[in-house]
Amino acid sequence: MIQFNDVYKEYANGIKALKGISFTLRDGEFAFLVGPSGSGKSTLMKLITGEISPSSGSILVNGYMMDKIRMRKLPYVRRTLGIVFQDFRLIEKKTVYENVAFAMRVVGAPNREIRKRVPYVLDLVGLADKATMHPNELSGGEQQRVAIARALVNNPSTIIADEPTGNLDPARSLEILMLMQKINELGTTVLIVTHEKAMVDEFSQRVIAIDGGHLISDGMDGYYNYEEV
Amino acid sequence: MKKSNTGYYIKEGVSSIFTHGFMSFASVAITVACLVIMGSFSLLAMNVNSIVADFEDENVVIAFVDKAYSQENGGEALKSSVLSVEHVTSAEFISKEEAYQSFVGKYDDTMQFDDLDSDILRDRYAVYMDDVANITDVQVGLSRIPGIAEIKANLNVAQGFVTARNIISVVSLSLVVVLIIVSLFIMSNTVKLTTIDRKDEIAIMRMVGATNSFIRWPFLLQGFILGLLGALLAYLVQWGLYELLTNIILSDYSVSFISLVPFATVALPLLLIFLIIGLCVGVGGSTMAIKNYLKV
Repeated sequence: MIQFNDVYKEYANGIKALKGISFTLRDGEFAFLVGPSGSGKSTLMKLITGEISPSSGSILVNGYMMDKIRMRKLPYVRRTLGIVFQDFRLIEKKTVYENVAFAMRVVGAPNREIRKRVPYVLDLVGLADKATMHPNELSGGEQQRVAIARALVNNPSTIIADEPTGNLDPARSLEILMLMQKINELGTTVLIVTHEKAMVDEFSQRVIAIDGGHLISDGMDGYYNYEEV
Repeated sequence: MKKSNTGYYIKEGVSSIFTHGFMSFASVAITVACLVIMGSFSLLAMNVNSIVADFEDENVVIAFVDKAYSQENGGEALKSSVLSVEHVTSAEFISKEEAYQSFVGKYDDTMQFDDLDSDILRDRYAVYMDDVANITDVQVGLSRIPGIAEIKANLNVAQGFVTARNIISVVSLSLVVVLIIVSLFIMSNTVKLTTIDRKDEIAIMRMVGATNSFIRWPFLLQGFILGLLGALLAYLVQWGLYELLTNIILSDYSVSFISLVPFATVALPLLLIFLIIGLCVGVGGSTMAIKNYLKV
């Protein structure tokens, strides 16, 4: 579960990125986080991953109080999250299999478990036959699937994706979002940051909209409704 | 360090060395050069100290007792005054008869001294001090004792050795400090190149929940291996150089009075010092390089 309670964030240069944000994303939910550039979406994502701390207010991420957390505890919060980026962030010198296995190795998973889990996750994202290929041999959509597989492999309770379709054509974007929905149906909480109005409207899911650091809409009425506000 | 990750750490640490082969070679070469220069000066200082110690053993200040004083009071009466001079550790009274016997004993043909009386010589003290560097103070102190007529001290030679020893000690210490800093800097930059190369990988590690120690270990191992390699190579080079120079010096008869410290007696301490410095430079340099990547 992710819970923001009256969260403010002011940077050292005086910019107020978030002004009293409150929302709760319960276990098993699927939500889009939308808003124009500079609305505070990135700040909100960084607060969830612990890259920055709030100026005031409280943040609960999968049982960890992020506003009070110690640095050495951060890796353990991040293990409960699967993070997907717009630019995929794959390691070019590693194969698809190694990229996914790497995430398990990093958290100290035994080799036997890695050998069992990685093929299962690659099959889930439809890349079982590309395991030995390198990222530069794959299309953008396939690379994002590898990134999703890497995010999923440690069985996190929440997946957060920052513009996961930003570098993809509409058809591949739809595929990725369908995959995210499938992952959500298997029980994982999903939060997707996106600009893609058409895509958001295609899915009847919760949309949390922020603008100028304020939460301006939170409901099931789609991106269109946010623009009307 | 988790056992299941050991293989990964070693593989990553070793592969980083080869990925940045030239910088790895440069950092090992610099470590070797620094350690050899450091070691050479330390061995030089050790040998000069040994020579000074030999010199101290053989060198005594001879304080001659005034003949008139000897006749009136007996030469031995001055012993407590001689011993009370600062830096004097012991004093051996040598009567004029003993001095005569010792002098005559140096010659095979003693007949030539038959008409000589021991009265031509004076009673004397062989005076030993705590450090040959204090020879001037001892000389001045002895000259102030009423009844001491003359003092014989090999001032120039003694002070020459002491000056050489002091200069070498200061230079060695300064070099050790400077060279350790240089090595640390080079090593840190070598490991930093790897961290820059793997910046994205480190960011991914952090995002998927890697602990700082997991991120740190491959870099520490890289520094450890480079430091170890540098220390062992430096030891071999130092050994070869020392043996070579020893052979050259010992084969030169003009300096045959010098006795050098055999390498075997310093081999183990030198190896330990090289290993400690090499590993500290390697691991310390890596720690410096990775520090900035472990925040957040």
